[in-house]
Amino acid sequence: MTSNVRITAVLAALGLSCSAGGAQAADCGTINLGAALSATGIYASNGNNTKKGYEFAVKKINDAGGVKIGDKCYDFKITYYDDESTPARAAQLVERLIGQDDIKFVLGPYSSPMTKAILPVTEKYKTPVVQAEAASRSLFTQGYKYHFGIVATSEKYLTPVIDMAAEQAKKAGKDPSSVKVAMIFQDDSFSLDVRQGVADLMKKYNMHAIIDDRMPKDLNDLTAFFTKVKAVKPDVLLISGHEKGAATAARQMGEHHTDVPLIGVTHCESAKVAQDFPKIAEGFVCPTQWDETMKASDPLFGTAMDYNNQIKAVHPEYKAVPYQTAQASVAIYVWKDAFERAGSLDQEKVRQALIKTDMPTFYGHVKFAEDGSNPGKTIVMRQIQDGKFVVVAPPAVAAGPVVYPRAVNY
Amino acid sequence: MQQIIGNITVLEAAPILNLGLLIDGLLIGAIFALAAYGLALVWGVMNVKNLAQGDFIMTGGYITWFLGNHGLHPLLGLPVACVVLWCIGWLLYRVVVSKVITRDLFTSLLATFGIAIVIQQGLNLAFGPDTQSAQADLPTWELAGGMITIPATRAIGFVFAALLAVAVIVFMKRSRMGQAIRATAQDARAARVLGIDTEKVYSFTFCLNAAICGAAGALVAVVWNVQPFMGTTYSIRLFVVVTAAGFGNLPGVIAAGFGMGVFEQFGGFILGAQYQQALIVMLLLIVLAVRQLQNLHLRQAVQ
Repeated sequence: MTSNVRITAVLAALGLSCSAGGAQAADCGTINLGAALSATGIYASNGNNTKKGYEFAVKKINDAGGVKIGDKCYDFKITYYDDESTPARAAQLVERLIGQDDIKFVLGPYSSPMTKAILPVTEKYKTPVVQAEAASRSLFTQGYKYHFGIVATSEKYLTPVIDMAAEQAKKAGKDPSSVKVAMIFQDDSFSLDVRQGVADLMKKYNMHAIIDDRMPKDLNDLTAFFTKVKAVKPDVLLISGHEKGAATAARQMGEHHTDVPLIGVTHCESAKVAQDFPKIAEGFVCPTQWDETMKASDPLFGTAMDYNNQIKAVHPEYKAVPYQTAQASVAIYVWKDAFERAGSLDQEKVRQALIKTDMPTFYGHVKFAEDGSNPGKTIVMRQIQDGKFVVVAPPAVAAGPVVYPRAVNY
Repeated sequence: MQQIIGNITVLEAAPILNLGLLIDGLLIGAIFALAAYGLALVWGVMNVKNLAQGDFIMTGGYITWFLGNHGLHPLLGLPVACVVLWCIGWLLYRVVVSKVITRDLFTSLLATFGIAIVIQQGLNLAFGPDTQSAQADLPTWELAGGMITIPATRAIGFVFAALLAVAVIVFMKRSRMGQAIRATAQDARAARVLGIDTEKVYSFTFCLNAAICGAAGALVAVVWNVQPFMGTTYSIRLFVVVTAAGFGNLPGVIAAGFGMGVFEQFGGFILGAQYQQALIVMLLLIVLAVRQLQNLHLRQAVQ
């Protein structure tokens, strides 16, 4: 009997202290977001960059008074799981977030393969997803209704290089159709998306591909390709094959003294070509989603440079802020905007608000098309000049002109 | 199709390119020949088909790259890679291979496949999944007005591979251990009867192969690049070389290594990089089919 009383008393005390603790923080409610992110496996480093971007934006928004819905305020809170860089695991974890953790709003994982795996799950449960880390065009052609992607899609990655070549041809008094293009793309869905964008634009200019090769994932010898490049002397050289493709190409270009006036390469940053092959990589034109010198701004983060400085203050380990971090922060910002316009925590109302999103950000404008993509987002082209990345396109955000022909000195 | 014809016309119009491709192929083939020689050695002497061969190469490459990051020139990293791989080879022989050598084909295949997976994941854990390459900072020589370029790294790789191959061949012919290895390969039981410690011979052969892979890996890191999961590609290429040559035929293995290097270059040039490796596998199929027909003929003759 006495022990029962005692237990009840303890329980009551616990309950009191809990509700007291709750009352203190109850100024604002909580909006729970959920994400499966790679903390281990091959995507771990960018998964981590993504998480830093999410966390930075969450803190920024919560410190600034949280999300205002009517006259109530809400703080963001994110539940994370480690998807181990495995698509099947990511799908399973999103199922768990929605089913067990009662998450109503989902944030994207890192990379297109992971995103591809989770989207069927979120569609099934009619749960909106805002993602900023998957660029594959194929994610937007499945008719998904609850998927919103912020980044520029992969087919845009190298098209600005073709535009540059056409412009240079016009400057030299030649027709753009006279431009000869040599290209090699890895045969995976991302790189072939990049190729498709380039091929479509070339058709518009009536340009001609004199070499159009594919590289299998495990090919690490491009000698024959570069011998061919030397023989046919193209005006533009395009290469896309993730980190390995960029690193292999840079090394072998040096060995073959490849001398093409305009070279477009994806994954320059992660392949570290500017550090490892400084002489050869001089003048490479590389696509990126974001650069801190971009002229873009919003009321929350300020300009791109402001964002850059703020996040460097929190994460001094960043020498250069990866665009993966910047775009992750934008995803949170887009959620905040959608909740406030929806004026509700109802999934369907928030989805309707997301569809009508139309906002400037430090990363570029966000306005979703019917397929859930953000077609206004342009790719930023940076050229390696004196070992540094300089924004050269699009003209609205460029910090300087493109160096043409590239100044290479083998 | 149009591109293929275009590529052939380019070769016709600039015959000097043929020479360029041939040289490139030979320089690359030297590395294949070296590693294939090691594979053939283990295969012939121990009857173990080493599926971890490519991963030994990657390990050698990573050692060279790692030392290069700490200031040691990659070409000096090569002997270090040899020594370290020799020790790894000895350890693996003691722990795994010696236990399966007398078992059937599948046990040794599974064991070496297991070793391959452990090495891949180990490299991934230790160095991360990124592609790495060792920087030798050597010049590239130009011939024929720049139409032929010979990177010094590849030329040095070629010389190293040739020297190592000659050293191994002389060792096999002349030294006491070399003779013991050959005797064991011919008939292990007879060799034991005549007082050869076959256990020692096996252990030595496996270590020698690992060391050869270490050297090949160092050259791969300097000439191309290394990545934890790229070893399998090399294993496949080497199996093609050894199978094409016939594993008892060591000079044939070296010739096949060179031949494959040249074949890849011309195939890649004419058909496009996407067919460069597909061609090799096709070549293997043709070789196997021809061998099969020859054997059929032989069997009928015996009957």
